[in-house]
Amino acid sequence: MMNGHNASSQELAGLIIDDRRDASFKVHRSAFVSDEILALERERVFSKCWLYLGHTSELKQPGDFISRRVGGRPLLYTRDRDGKLNALYNTCAHRGALVCRERSGNRRAFTCGYHAWTFDEKGRFIGMPGREALPPSATENCKLDLVHVERMEEFKGFVFVCYDKNVMSLTDYLAGAGDYLAYVADQGASGMEIVTGTQDYCVAANWKLLQENSADGYHGVPTHSTYFDYLRSRDSTNFATMNSRGWVKNLGNGHAVSESIGLLPWGRPYARWVPGWGEDTKAEVEALNKEIMERLGPERGNVVANGDRNLLIFPNLVVNDVMATTIRTFYPVKPDHMEVSAWCIAPAGESATSRDRRLRNFVEFLGPAGFATPDDVEMLELCQRGYANLESAPYNDLSRGMLCNAPTKTDELQMRTFWRRWRQLVSGDPSLELVGP
Amino acid sequence: MTMQLSRSDAEDFLIKEAALLDAWKLEEWAELFTEDGEYLVPATDDPDGKPGTSLFLIYDDRHRLGERAKRLLKKTAHAESPHSRTRHMTSNVAVGESSNGTIAVSCNFVVFRSRMEVTNIYPGHAEYLLVSNGSGLRIRSKKAVLDVDALRPHGKISIIL
Repeated sequence: MMNGHNASSQELAGLIIDDRRDASFKVHRSAFVSDEILALERERVFSKCWLYLGHTSELKQPGDFISRRVGGRPLLYTRDRDGKLNALYNTCAHRGALVCRERSGNRRAFTCGYHAWTFDEKGRFIGMPGREALPPSATENCKLDLVHVERMEEFKGFVFVCYDKNVMSLTDYLAGAGDYLAYVADQGASGMEIVTGTQDYCVAANWKLLQENSADGYHGVPTHSTYFDYLRSRDSTNFATMNSRGWVKNLGNGHAVSESIGLLPWGRPYARWVPGWGEDTKAEVEALNKEIMERLGPERGNVVANGDRNLLIFPNLVVNDVMATTIRTFYPVKPDHMEVSAWCIAPAGESATSRDRRLRNFVEFLGPAGFATPDDVEMLELCQRGYANLESAPYNDLSRGMLCNAPTKTDELQMRTFWRRWRQLVSGDPSLELVGP
Repeated sequence: MTMQLSRSDAEDFLIKEAALLDAWKLEEWAELFTEDGEYLVPATDDPDGKPGTSLFLIYDDRHRLGERAKRLLKKTAHAESPHSRTRHMTSNVAVGESSNGTIAVSCNFVVFRSRMEVTNIYPGHAEYLLVSNGSGLRIRSKKAVLDVDALRPHGKISIIL
């Protein structure tokens, strides 16, 4: 078993076997079960990478706030009286209690329940009972303010934080993944918004298994045959005409996408009508598609409207634009337990009928009570249970498509791209290659 | 049309529904619904949300809830293969307003689900709209609202609540 902090950089890098000559890629299963590895991940991944905080649309009015754990840290995400976004650590300057217990709301002051120290929505200390017992210097230089997260930046409505003040800019970090977030941002003529209603769930498995699973086209048929049965029963889908193999791209910095443009069996709320929605809905879907084509031009319009994409942003953000568009993030609580949050992002101001169709379509597959996600949860948990045998059966195999010049969605380049970045960060060896077959 | 329903009749009906679910007679459960029936579970952080404007966990029309039942009976519905053991407890049944041939019935519920040596508990309340079609009661709408902040530690709702 790997002992993380005592392990050398070389030993940590050796958890991944990236054998180009024999086209073999293997991950040692201790990466999924070890407390030491998780401690290293907290230090070298979750404290160093840009992490998704939320979307600008979630805070519409001055005073709107959301309290949210990001990378295990409780944060306060606020829009202040000047309309500016803030990411604050949700912990009182006095004894450290959470100053906000609500999930969301609107207010200009946060009063700690313990001794009633009070802070405004920018994090500034406002007051405390018995102020005279502290010296006047106590509040100098913002000493008693809530602490701002080291870095917060926005990219086309997606807001990220980083706990390392020296991190590269978000745009540089996103590298090629930025173009793919832009495709999502371009769906709505008046921008995009997060729909209310969060899918908060968990999986009794290591967090990295969900990043692997979220763009794994190979498991689609065996794991989700019952979902395809549902589509067949509703739409009389002819699967023989589907061309869904698509392609996969390494987007840099550990990000990857699996993508296809054209016919897949499910409907897309603004682009791909399916019979199960009813003949009466066809005209509206076609009009939405036309609006995108006219606004963005036929080339980009085709990618935005007719493309299906599973986007992985390192380390733990998934933006899947499929039968609906979901944003999903997840964090380890223990090596064998993660917490997941998922949202629906939709064009701001779309019609009530289109929004309704989108929300019905979302949960036909996605989410912890959909026709597919529960079976993903099951599979990840079965993997985790299987890792109890790792001493005798130590490796996962992720070699699919290594010999292929044009890997498809059912290959495993997307996972290898993740693991190569993971290896670089966890071992602390920046010379390790991020690019490979 | 005003519909009359005693609390004990409503309770008998809900007990019958719970028994079908615990016996995994899911297609018979789906048959309890009217042709325009629906089955809803709101998100845990938006229990008062409306379907169509809030992202729900379950937003089933009649066809989908029938398919949900069929799906869960397949060996390839992996999260329920092998099936979990469930126990639906129904209490605090109340008969509410009646209008247009439907009558509102509410209850509290707790569902226990055990599988692979893990037991999860789903507490909540349910709101029904029932109709009587001569041969008995049918469900036009069932909304199950969970009293949990997140599906943690459950991870999923792979059973019918």
